[in-house]
Amino acid sequence: MSEETSRIKLRVFRTNYNKSDSPYFDEFDVSVKRWTTVLDALLDAKCYSDSSLGIRYSCRMASCGSCGMKINGKPRLACYTKISELNDQTIVCEPLPNFPRIRDLVTDFTQFFAHHKKIEPYIQNKDVSTEVTEKDELTEYKQTPEEVDNYLQFSYCIKCGLCYSACPTVATDSKFPGPQALSQAYRYLADNRDDGGSTRFKIIDERHGIWRCHFAGSCSNVCPKGVDPALGIQLLKGHLMGVSKHDKKVASMRTKDE
Amino acid sequence: MPLLTLRESQIMKIHYLTGIGALFFVAIHILFRLIMPFGQSLEYENVVANYNNVYYVILLELMLIFISIHGFNGLRVILLELKQTPWWESIITILVLAAMIGVIAYGTRTIIIGSGL
Ligand code: SF4
Ligand code: FES
Repeated sequence: MSEETSRIKLRVFRTNYNKSDSPYFDEFDVSVKRWTTVLDALLDAKCYSDSSLGIRYSCRMASCGSCGMKINGKPRLACYTKISELNDQTIVCEPLPNFPRIRDLVTDFTQFFAHHKKIEPYIQNKDVSTEVTEKDELTEYKQTPEEVDNYLQFSYCIKCGLCYSACPTVATDSKFPGPQALSQAYRYLADNRDDGGSTRFKIIDERHGIWRCHFAGSCSNVCPKGVDPALGIQLLKGHLMGVSKHDKKVASMRTKDE
Repeated sequence: MPLLTLRESQIMKIHYLTGIGALFFVAIHILFRLIMPFGQSLEYENVVANYNNVYYVILLELMLIFISIHGFNGLRVILLELKQTPWWESIITILVLAAMIGVIAYGTRTIIIGSGL
C-alpha cells in the first residue's frame, strides 16, 4: 500500500537558559506521512539534522504527559498531535507558556508539581492506615460503578501541564494552584473513599486559591484527556459556597469474609 | 481586624450576593425612571423630589452600599493578582476597605443632604 509523503517545515524554538543565549528559531525540513506526529517529526530532526535539540518525551502515546509544548500557538501533546490535522506546511514548536524554561522545548515543572502536591492528592481516610506493613492489614473499599463515575473523568489527568500553561490566572499569579491541582482537589472530593475534603478546602480557599479562577475555560479547551478541569473547579466552588450538597457517605471496607 | 481574616469563600459569597442585590436594586431604580417620560424624570425638580420619597432614599442607600462592596471587592481581586506577598494582600485589603467606606460615607452624606433629613 503506497502512502503519500510530503515535506513540511519545522520551526523550533531554541535556547539554553544556563548559557544566557538569546532565543532563536531553527528550521528543519522533514518528510511526513499522514500519521506522522509532531513528536515523530521532532525526533526525525533530532536524529538526522541536529542531535542537540532538547525535547522531553517518554511514552509516545499520550500517557506520561511529558511532551507538552506549544504547537502552532496552542498547548498540545507532541505525541498526540498529527501533522496532518494541523493543516499547515509550517509547524512551529515552542516551550509551554507559564513554565520556567530550561532548554529548547524543555520546561521546568517544579512549581506545577508543588501545587499538585500541596492539595494532598491521595486518598485520606482516618479509619485506614496509610502505613501497611503486614499483608493481613491490607484493606479494600467497596465502591459501586456509579460512585466510580463521580470522579473517573477527573482521574484521567496525566499531569501534562497543558491546562496550567493555557490558564490566564496562572500567567499573572504564581501562587494560584492552577486548573490541574484544583480539578484534582475535586477528584478526591468526589471520591467516596476519601474523607479529607475539609483539609483540602482549607488549602484551596485562600487569597490566591480557587476564587482567582475567572472561568476563562481555556484549560478545558486544551486538555488532551477530556478531564475538563474548568468543570471540576466550578463544582468545587459550588461545594465551598454551600450551594452543592455535600452528603458524601464514606465507602465501607470489604470484610475478611466478603 | 476580623475582615482581614475572613475566608476567601466568605468574601466571595458577599461579593456574589451584593452583585445580585445591586442588579435587582438598579432594575427597580430604572423602573422608577419609567413612571414618567424618561427626559422629564431627569429634570432637576423631579430628581430632587425623589429624595423626599423615603422608599426611594432607602433604595438609593442600598444601591450605594451594594455596588460599593461589590465594586471595591472586584478591584481588590484584580489588585491581589499583581503581587503574591502577604504584605501586599493586607495593604490592598486595607486600602480598598478604606476607599469603600469613604465612598459609602460620602454618598450617604449626599443622600442625607438631598433628602433634607
Ligand atoms: S487536567 Fe488535562 S491538561 Fe491539565 S494536566 Fe491533567 S491531563 Fe493535562
Ligand atoms: S510522550 Fe508521553 S504523553 Fe507524549
